[in-house]
Amino acid sequence: MFQITIAGAGLSGLSAALTCAEHGIECNLISVQPSERAQSVLAEGGMNAALDTMGENDAPAFHFQDTMKGGVFLADPNAVKGLTDAAPGIIRRLQSIGVPFQLKDGDLLLRPFGGQKKRRTAYAMSSTGKIVMNALIDEARKYEAAGLIHRYDHAEIIEALTADYHLSEDYPAAKGRDIEDNFPAPEDPFISEGRRDTFAWTSSLKEKNVKAVSLKKMSGIKVRDTHTGKISEFPAPVIVCTGGIAGFFTGLTTGTTANTGDFTASLFEKGVQLGNLEMIQYHPTTVAISGKRLLISEAARGEGGRLFIKRKTGSSGWENWYFMEEKYPELKNLMPRDVISREMYRVMHSEDCGGQVFLDMTHLKKETWDGKLADLRKEVMSYLKLDPAKEPVPVSPGIHFFMGGILVDARHRASMPFLWAAGECACQYHGANRLGGNSMLAAVYGGHIAAEDALTFLNSGKMNLWTGNENEPCVNGDDPNVNVGELRVKGYDTRVNIGELRVNGGKPRVNDGDPRVNSDEQPGNADEQSNEQTDTSGRQKKGIDCTQRVRPSFGKKLTNILYEGLGIYRDEAMMNTACNRLSALEKEAATNTERNRILLGKAMLYSALERKESRGAHSRTDYPERRDEEYQKTTVAEYHNGNIRISFRDIPLQS
Amino acid sequence: MRILKKISLRRKENKNSGKEYNGAIPQLRIDILRRNGLDCEPFWQSFEYTPRDISETVASALTRLNEQEELQDINGNPAGEIRWESSCLQKKCGACAMVICGKPMLACDAVLMELKQPVRLEPLRKFPVVADLMTDRTVMFRNLKEMEAWLEDKAEPSEKKNAFAHEASRCLQCGCCLEVCPNFMPEGRFFGMASMVPSSRILNWESVNQNPAIKDQYRYHIYDGCGKSLACQNICPAGIRIEDLMSRSNAAAVWRASSGKKSRGM
Repeated sequence: MFQITIAGAGLSGLSAALTCAEHGIECNLISVQPSERAQSVLAEGGMNAALDTMGENDAPAFHFQDTMKGGVFLADPNAVKGLTDAAPGIIRRLQSIGVPFQLKDGDLLLRPFGGQKKRRTAYAMSSTGKIVMNALIDEARKYEAAGLIHRYDHAEIIEALTADYHLSEDYPAAKGRDIEDNFPAPEDPFISEGRRDTFAWTSSLKEKNVKAVSLKKMSGIKVRDTHTGKISEFPAPVIVCTGGIAGFFTGLTTGTTANTGDFTASLFEKGVQLGNLEMIQYHPTTVAISGKRLLISEAARGEGGRLFIKRKTGSSGWENWYFMEEKYPELKNLMPRDVISREMYRVMHSEDCGGQVFLDMTHLKKETWDGKLADLRKEVMSYLKLDPAKEPVPVSPGIHFFMGGILVDARHRASMPFLWAAGECACQYHGANRLGGNSMLAAVYGGHIAAEDALTFLNSGKMNLWTGNENEPCVNGDDPNVNVGELRVKGYDTRVNIGELRVNGGKPRVNDGDPRVNSDEQPGNADEQSNEQTDTSGRQKKGIDCTQRVRPSFGKKLTNILYEGLGIYRDEAMMNTACNRLSALEKEAATNTERNRILLGKAMLYSALERKESRGAHSRTDYPERRDEEYQKTTVAEYHNGNIRISFRDIPLQS
Repeated sequence: MRILKKISLRRKENKNSGKEYNGAIPQLRIDILRRNGLDCEPFWQSFEYTPRDISETVASALTRLNEQEELQDINGNPAGEIRWESSCLQKKCGACAMVICGKPMLACDAVLMELKQPVRLEPLRKFPVVADLMTDRTVMFRNLKEMEAWLEDKAEPSEKKNAFAHEASRCLQCGCCLEVCPNFMPEGRFFGMASMVPSSRILNWESVNQNPAIKDQYRYHIYDGCGKSLACQNICPAGIRIEDLMSRSNAAAVWRASSGKKSRGM
């Protein structure tokens, strides 16, 4: 009876869709381009799992430790434990649906990867992402044919739709009562002027004489068919799998042009909390090519590639200085990415060095090239016109991954009811720095967990499912005063959803002038909606919609500002300048999407400004020390009533 | 190794077709076949463009043209944003396939200075145009569904089958092969190599895969219709060894399968 809306058809979106389908639940899988074009196909190196097929006594506990340490202890340990425990099963499952992971004597061959002391990265040449995606696409096709996965693969997601729900003063504090009689507690901290961490919801309502408050719930997403220009709405619950915000740094990342980040920005504007936005991963080995940065996979170093720079010797000559090997004798060229990128930045700017770092793979054996890195070699030859087996490749750090994003709990619930997020768009697992080989794993696992959680919820048919369990983990689980997981469910009126689906015959509603999906809309919102309708239907444009999207010229200006402010090394002056320039650019913003980009851009800078320490991918020259006492916390950015607020939230204790 | 050979051949080819440049990069003319939709008349529009460097691609040129505040054509007339699709910009996603100087290729793989001047850009011709250089390629995905290209049973990991599985996983679904195929028509029975390559991935696991439907579909939609021109293999931006994949798949779906049928019949 239910349908789940999945925004994004990359690895995490497919994983979520398959989970729904395997449970016999229908889902709408929405993406601007088919899965074959998703950024996930670019993933190269592999997927980490403590399978222990290399005789090194590996175990999920070690994978857990490496992931936590690599993320400089900013990740949720309970979520990471779930991930690392599940990893071996995920790899076996992927094998069973046809992923040809590299084998040796019938069992999985694992390669060493950065920040990990044991070999635990399963891979398929250096095109693991493409190959894993293909297997999931095939699997999803089976369920598409069976009518369980409804694909909309030329649907541009325009904005997040929210609806209000209300709380009043007679909220009962007693736990364990039937949810139907209860009012939900707020996820939203803005119901009082007090900060969330000091805010006791039940008592303060009466103390502060608040009669009623209005909160937001996710009600769906609005999409535009890029082939016909038609606007449709898909109802909540929504699982967001829209990837990172590469679009905020156009031309300067290893990602795709389709990962605009605009849906994350839209969610932020609607009040969804984002976390750790300052954590941007610079991958050490990238090369600028036409229009983007080309990634040289970490597999190159996993298979033995060495980084060096030319350094002046006493006798006016030059020598190759293998700086990583000298400085980090244990892990050498396989230190976590943040460490290598910083070291590279330093040697590149050192006066007695030649300025350019090289990745030397010329000593690798022929078998390695043919069997493990053939596609990497092919790519380098094609774009850089040099053979990495014969010449060192000039490399420099480039933006590769966003550890921050939509704040979710260990079950992938976001801060707004009926919204889940998974994959790169979510802030989970990676803390202050992601380990190579963990992104695909987290995408598959996260998509699965998000869908499982949404299904538990839907299948129960009862909203008190979560209320019976006082230990339910949730986004705000660290706050003893707000047990949100217990109560947030109320805002989700399942009956409304069933009705909608019946009305629409199981298909999403097309916005043809009818009132919007939720009939219980506020009059004010309904007006807004009708204005938007005339606006879009008056200018139904095929292909790229210039009325909604960010103008490329505007995007470029924003990119330049953010890139200046959020480099490998940052300081207050640099970031303040960027903030001022962003405020100036704000005046040029002509569309909602452009205004949202400014907003999220500011939130990134504010997050970076507020974290007055250096940790993982966030390195400040004015605060070079790591300060656990104050900042071993999640940076939370939230937007309300025209203000962006940054706060720091405790990381959940390991249970 | 065969792959590498192919690349070096291609590089040579490119060098021959491109001019030698020493010093300043000249201004180029880019002609684009524009169209607001299927029901609108197409028209050619020319743009002046100076590449940033000798390795700049068509994809980058389109991005930069669109980044201009007020895009103007060669005559100074205002021109709307050029609509085209892109995603990875490194030959791994197939989004930016279009006809460049008469040849279907990926815009991110077409180096401006190596192309015949003026650079002519057209949308793929076998698919309906959405707008400008953007086409509706949904038929490829619909066909794969009709092929029933999926596993019904679990795949057993096997070292032997891995190499083939890797090769068969490289299809970008860009549609370049269909563009040059003399046998493929969008609504026709023959589905072309964009369906063959992903299907070969499924057929590769056939010993464990008990899905007879895909073999029937393969015979009907691929084997029967292919005229073996192999134009597809020469044009494939991923350089997939289509011939190898096809002969293996033919064996699995036609020869071995039909002998099995006979024995069942007897």
